[in-house]
Amino acid sequence: MNLSNHTPILILAVPLLAAFLIPIIGKINKKATGIFATLALGLSLVLTIILAVKILSVGPQIYVFGAKSSLLTLPSGLKFPIRIMFQIDAMGIFMGLITALVSFLGAIYSLAFIDKKDGSDSYYSLLLLLTVSMFGMEFTGDLFNFFVFLEIASMASVSLICYRGTDLGEPVEAGFKYMVVSSIAALMVLFAIGIFYGEYDVLNIAAIASVVKYSQLDKIALGILVSVLAMKAGAVPMHMWTPDAYSEAPAPITMILVAASQASLYAIFRVVFSLYNITLNTLAVGWIIIIFGLLSMFIGVTMAIIQKDINRLMAYHAISQTGYMFLGVGVGLAVLANPTALQRYGITAMEGGIFHIMNHAMYKGLLFLTAGALFFRTGTRNLDKMGGLAHYMKYTTIFFIIGAAAIAGLPPFNGFASKLLIYESVYKFNPLLSIIAMLVSILTLASFVKVFHSAFLGPKLPQFKEVKEVPRSMVFAMAVLSCIIIFFGLFPDLIVKNLVHPAVMSLIEQFKYTSTVLGGM
Amino acid sequence: MLGLLETGSGFWSAVVWVILVLVIGSIVYYIRNKGEKSYKKNTEQDKPFISGNPEKAKEGSHISASHIYWGFTEALKGYYNPLVKMHTGDINDYSGWMVIITVVILIIVGVRG
Repeated sequence: MNLSNHTPILILAVPLLAAFLIPIIGKINKKATGIFATLALGLSLVLTIILAVKILSVGPQIYVFGAKSSLLTLPSGLKFPIRIMFQIDAMGIFMGLITALVSFLGAIYSLAFIDKKDGSDSYYSLLLLLTVSMFGMEFTGDLFNFFVFLEIASMASVSLICYRGTDLGEPVEAGFKYMVVSSIAALMVLFAIGIFYGEYDVLNIAAIASVVKYSQLDKIALGILVSVLAMKAGAVPMHMWTPDAYSEAPAPITMILVAASQASLYAIFRVVFSLYNITLNTLAVGWIIIIFGLLSMFIGVTMAIIQKDINRLMAYHAISQTGYMFLGVGVGLAVLANPTALQRYGITAMEGGIFHIMNHAMYKGLLFLTAGALFFRTGTRNLDKMGGLAHYMKYTTIFFIIGAAAIAGLPPFNGFASKLLIYESVYKFNPLLSIIAMLVSILTLASFVKVFHSAFLGPKLPQFKEVKEVPRSMVFAMAVLSCIIIFFGLFPDLIVKNLVHPAVMSLIEQFKYTSTVLGGM
Repeated sequence: MLGLLETGSGFWSAVVWVILVLVIGSIVYYIRNKGEKSYKKNTEQDKPFISGNPEKAKEGSHISASHIYWGFTEALKGYYNPLVKMHTGDINDYSGWMVIITVVILIIVGVRG
């Protein structure tokens, strides 16, 4: 048996198995649960990198479940796939790399962050399940399978949001709200999938894409999928669950929740590009996505400025940054049916949007971890009660400066590179959109200047005289993210050329997506 | 060239930017060192001048988050009041927005194709 052929499933199987082993390990040694989860996620990260190298050098990979061969997409005599399969192209593995890295660093950070609390075994089991579900959403080539992973992600997320304790009202309230909106979203996704199944008798995305007619029913399915997945991605005005959930979840979980929201964003892009592509009115749907982007960018940042709770402030910034991704990819979709415009600026706009997904996961993850570090040491999230913490937490201060500069789009950090791609390409589509995007960056900087001043600067405050730097595992996770941010900022061309561009082309070239499964039918 | 990102309208090199910042920073540092030499640390020269008023206790001088951008939010009251009111924290409203947006998208997709 060639184990390398099974890499796609091993990426999920390792953390899934670990998730179910952890309660047993927890009975023997509580402390070992965190280390075991970290090792499992580390192995998953290594496997994801191996698969990424394979995909980027050889091409998309298929993994068919239950078939004699994991590559057998069409059993003899059939013209359409019947089995569940993973179909991983450059876009899927791009998202997979984000998931693997963020989850691994989240687990490392948790080693010290969660250590003191009870129920750490269930925490790590849920963290692993959340990671598995995100991988599943990104790798699957089957719509119903996507729904299943979406549900697992929601259930794990709800439990993790409430993790701080059922005796505290706010985490439970946030978890409950997330559960309600996620359940409605899941039912609507299921309804849309039902439409496809009723109409075409298949659930495989590539198979549907090859026969989709863009009938009235398809339009209904499209409308439902775009709106509910945009809600799950935190798009304005359906963003309101985001500050609740992000601010109440433990910091490493918030970092992973950001990546989970991006998995929903990825699903929108998969639906509009790989499933419908030019059969839909790309200009109209492109503008819908652009408007989501504009609203998210502007309302997100202006709401962030007035927040006093550091986690809520950062949650609103997460919404605002998602707007950039919508904007870049929305412009690419709007000109998808116009080859000249697509070549002139559409591809670059999409590269900016997709690159921003990874950059955002890194710097927003880092910022949530620094906010977690402040909470870990001061016991408050209220910026009004903080001050002078740079005197006691020097590493955290440096990491915060790096994250803040990156999110504000200051050179030479990674946020600048992806925003520059968006500004310069979107300007050619509509200059006003670019100007708004730049204004939002300025407001973002203003907001983080406020956080930096109120939390880190100022004289030493007597109530914080016992405060010291956070434990090493937390510093390590933040340091790794900071290094990635700096590396991506200094050498953005390496990432764009080797990871982002192939991901963008795999979205645009729908025929490659379908032919991987259907063999050029 | 390593680090050169083409944007479609031009290019960006963070490496060149860092080198430029280092060069300019060195020049600035050199000029600064040519400046006034009579400064002495931990003397009267270090104390802030507040028009003869006594200096506040250090702990009391920190400006908290609520006071930052006070003028900005006051000037944009007309924008902020309805926006903040919209964020009710009520789960019915959360679901309501999702339904409204779904309907709007369905109408746009239905009408515009």
